Amino acid sequence: MAQGPTAAERFIQGILPENPVYRQLLGLCPTLAVTNSMQAAITMAGAVMFVLFCANVVISLIRNLLKPHLRIVIFTLTIATFVTIADRVLAAYMYQMSKTLGPYIPLIIVNCIIIGRCEICASRQSVVTAGADAIGQSIGFALALSSIAAVREILGTGMFFGLRVLPTAWPDWVIMVLPPGAFLTFGLLLGAINWYSARKS
Amino acid sequence: MSFKQNNIVQAWLVLLLALCFGSALAAVHVTLAPTIENNKISETKEKVPELVLGVEQAQTIAQKGTKLDIVGHQIEVDKAGQKTFYSVYEALLEGKKSGWVIKASGQGYADKIELLLGVDPKVEKVTGLFVLDQKETPGLGNKVIEPKWRGQFTQKPTDKAFAVTKKGASTPYEIDAVTGATISSRSVTQIVNVAINDLRPVLSKQ
Repeated sequence: MAQGPTAAERFIQGILPENPVYRQLLGLCPTLAVTNSMQAAITMAGAVMFVLFCANVVISLIRNLLKPHLRIVIFTLTIATFVTIADRVLAAYMYQMSKTLGPYIPLIIVNCIIIGRCEICASRQSVVTAGADAIGQSIGFALALSSIAAVREILGTGMFFGLRVLPTAWPDWVIMVLPPGAFLTFGLLLGAINWYSARKS
Repeated sequence: MSFKQNNIVQAWLVLLLALCFGSALAAVHVTLAPTIENNKISETKEKVPELVLGVEQAQTIAQKGTKLDIVGHQIEVDKAGQKTFYSVYEALLEGKKSGWVIKASGQGYADKIELLLGVDPKVEKVTGLFVLDQKETPGLGNKVIEPKWRGQFTQKPTDKAFAVTKKGASTPYEIDAVTGATISSRSVTQIVNVAINDLRPVLSKQ
């Protein structure tokens, strides 16, 4: 088997060069849906990190036993298990947050970032590389979510993490915390990043 | 077909993992279920004042420092040989009964919907409705949780069943459907109707 990127390369790539949201455009459903406040975005990113790390490690441990035609079933089974655990833990210890995030936590099961990492990295590489890959991608995902959530929460409510940062005279741009705000913010940030990287090269 | 090509034999890993993950999830459930249940009960108790008294009056009594006494009951309803259990909370304001909060659930469009329904002591009108748990479609069906929609039930008489309409409610027994989510609207209305029907004979006598 050809050697893929090393653990350190995987880790670095996930954060910016292969950022799951801005570069791969994966996992956009939660990216658009839960980024109206920083707290929701960070909780979501945390849940994704837990699921991605556990799924990558488990898949990497059993990678030599996988059969090509059964691998997707096994990925889904593994991911669904860890998502259910994350969902129950949130409902038990962060009840209000779990109600805010609603169906988006169970929907991590069908998040392409996770099944993508299982397929691209964990089913081919060692446990250490798969773990590093999961953490790198999760940090990239968290950065993407918090960049969008920061813009939306500050412009939409004048607050950051629930603390007021803009003067009360700021007319809250309510549209920013509503669904259209997600599309606007994401489109503009994505455009800015593409413009910047095109100019650099 | 040789032994190695047998589908079940090939899928041994899937079956084994399903078994392991299943037991792991059972363990997680057993550990966390009481905590989650407690969260729901404390949320229910927090909601009782505004469901029985309405939001404004609930704030007034909270400012005065008076508190509603909440007594939980388990009520068994026998429907054509089928027994159903309801959790009902009795709200007492300074010793006087001010209403009931019924926890009712039923099938929604996506999954089970759990409601808290506030009614007056004689179960003659609805005093409030709150959605405790639902997994309806985001953006469509989950609009049933919004105060604007569930507020339609407030102060409505319970002597006839509620019906969902798409044409704009004209009588007190009609409820406007959420646009694009008729099934979710009907499910909630149905749960309310069934709960009132089951419990009115029992509660109004107490």
